[in-house]
Amino acid sequence: MLTGEDFSARGPAAAIDCLRALQKERGYISDETLAEAAAILQMPVAVLDEVATFYNLIFREPVGKNVILLCDSAVCWMLGREALQSRIFERLGIAPGETTADGQYTLLPVVCLGACDRAPVLLVGETLHGHLDAAGVNKLLDGAA
Amino acid sequence: MQLVLTKNIDGGGKRVDFAAYARSGGYEAVRKVVGKLAPADVVQVVADSGLAGCGGGGFPTGRKWQAMPSRAARPGPRYFIVNADEMEPGTFKDRYLMEGDPHQLLEGIVLAAYAVEADEAYIFVRGEYFQAIAALEAAIAEAQAAGVLGGLTIHVHAGVGRYICGEETALLNSLEGKRAIPRAKPPLPQVSGLFGCPTIVNNVETVCNVPHIVRHGAEWFRGLGVGDEAGTKIFGVSGRVNRPGVYELPMGTSLRVLIEEFAGGMRDGFQLRAVLPGGASTGFLGVEKLDTPMSVAGMAAAGSRLGTGNVMVLDDKTCPVGFIRNLQHFFAQESCGWCAPCRDGLPWVDQILAAMETGQGRQSDLAVLADMPGRMGPGKTFCGLAPGAMASLETGLKMFAQDFTRHVQERVCAWA
Repeated sequence: MLTGEDFSARGPAAAIDCLRALQKERGYISDETLAEAAAILQMPVAVLDEVATFYNLIFREPVGKNVILLCDSAVCWMLGREALQSRIFERLGIAPGETTADGQYTLLPVVCLGACDRAPVLLVGETLHGHLDAAGVNKLLDGAA
Repeated sequence: MQLVLTKNIDGGGKRVDFAAYARSGGYEAVRKVVGKLAPADVVQVVADSGLAGCGGGGFPTGRKWQAMPSRAARPGPRYFIVNADEMEPGTFKDRYLMEGDPHQLLEGIVLAAYAVEADEAYIFVRGEYFQAIAALEAAIAEAQAAGVLGGLTIHVHAGVGRYICGEETALLNSLEGKRAIPRAKPPLPQVSGLFGCPTIVNNVETVCNVPHIVRHGAEWFRGLGVGDEAGTKIFGVSGRVNRPGVYELPMGTSLRVLIEEFAGGMRDGFQLRAVLPGGASTGFLGVEKLDTPMSVAGMAAAGSRLGTGNVMVLDDKTCPVGFIRNLQHFFAQESCGWCAPCRDGLPWVDQILAAMETGQGRQSDLAVLADMPGRMGPGKTFCGLAPGAMASLETGLKMFAQDFTRHVQERVCAWA
């Protein structure tokens, strides 16, 4: 059961907050979780799915324990984000949108992370890493392992 | 150089806490004004100050507030909302303000909500800004404990991603738990906003200016700019410059001073080819425009827009077609899909540019691209997303015509 805030009192207006809270607990929004949320919010499952599938950061498929959000906007592209993506592929065998077989990592592209002065940047979980190059990705993955 | 918004921020990522903020004169404006000055008088001071929206629109803040019906005319709930959904590529100023000095934003919210007689406030911050969200939540707890929020409730709403949430009416739909699709205007949000109630939506930097204007007065604020426009501005510079970063300078400072003096000029071995002066939704300016003042009117006269005031520098070792392709891909991906020109037109542009980058472009594609701004420019779409996308395409096609032609004639990207 969902802990914390009582989303049912706010009804459909709490849809995004509710999905976000459930995802934080469970990693992603499965069909079962979606149905559960729809019941809490007292709204049709299909209408809630319309909301869930609109947003970039609501995951309707399982993701790894660590989600890597790699900035794919112009400044990071200019300053070498492709090299980071290649190194992640070499090390973990995942391209954008994929999850490692052991369920440890998912790689996703993300809109400009608002840290262009530290480009190229990525987020692992809630931590931002900037001024990266391929060697920096190695260090990051070695440190996290 | 007078620092106003960033004077407390050391840049090391440490948050200014309540005690430090109060020591710097923080919340003085709240004590001076709340319950002592009439709300309409606060609106008037902000209107007189010349403060203009810093999120990219540049609309006069006072006029926005004046369009809110009075509480007597419209009883019932009223909302004040901070747009902290900073997702404009190349823009990183609001993050700096929220992580560094969140109380400044809170004090701005208290004053603004008082001015427009709102009883509830939201900060709509993008979900990826974990540090900013933590800083705001900690600051709200401190401010509540200190009793400076009065009766105002401030909610922090963490977004779940989509650039369109930065469009103020799409933001309202998202706050209501819906898909972030823009609404038709009129009615303006001031008349019918969140849950159909009178609502103001202002950018983070705009709101951060309010305490200083209330404390020091409209005339002081107008005097901070170097030209006709008021205040300081949080500029940013990114790309291959020596010191990329955030710089608070007088409104109207020239691009050249910002890039060469503050950002330290280009890195060795690179030359400046062009800039996008205010994020991905502004048009390119070439080297010959570097002496243009960074102001709403200055940038408009030069053929671009001030936008967010965060400059992306394109150097001579980067493929301009690839750079534009990256921008157009972003807009195509982030189109909400509501209106057809944007939903279908932007992916078309993206596909053509992707083909050019891999040597698959055709001569006829250039005419198709040149035709697009006329079909997705201002007035042709439901909101400003596609017109914003067209700014870099239209100006880029002209400025980098030779590069585009080479891509289709030689069927290869010379930078690849």
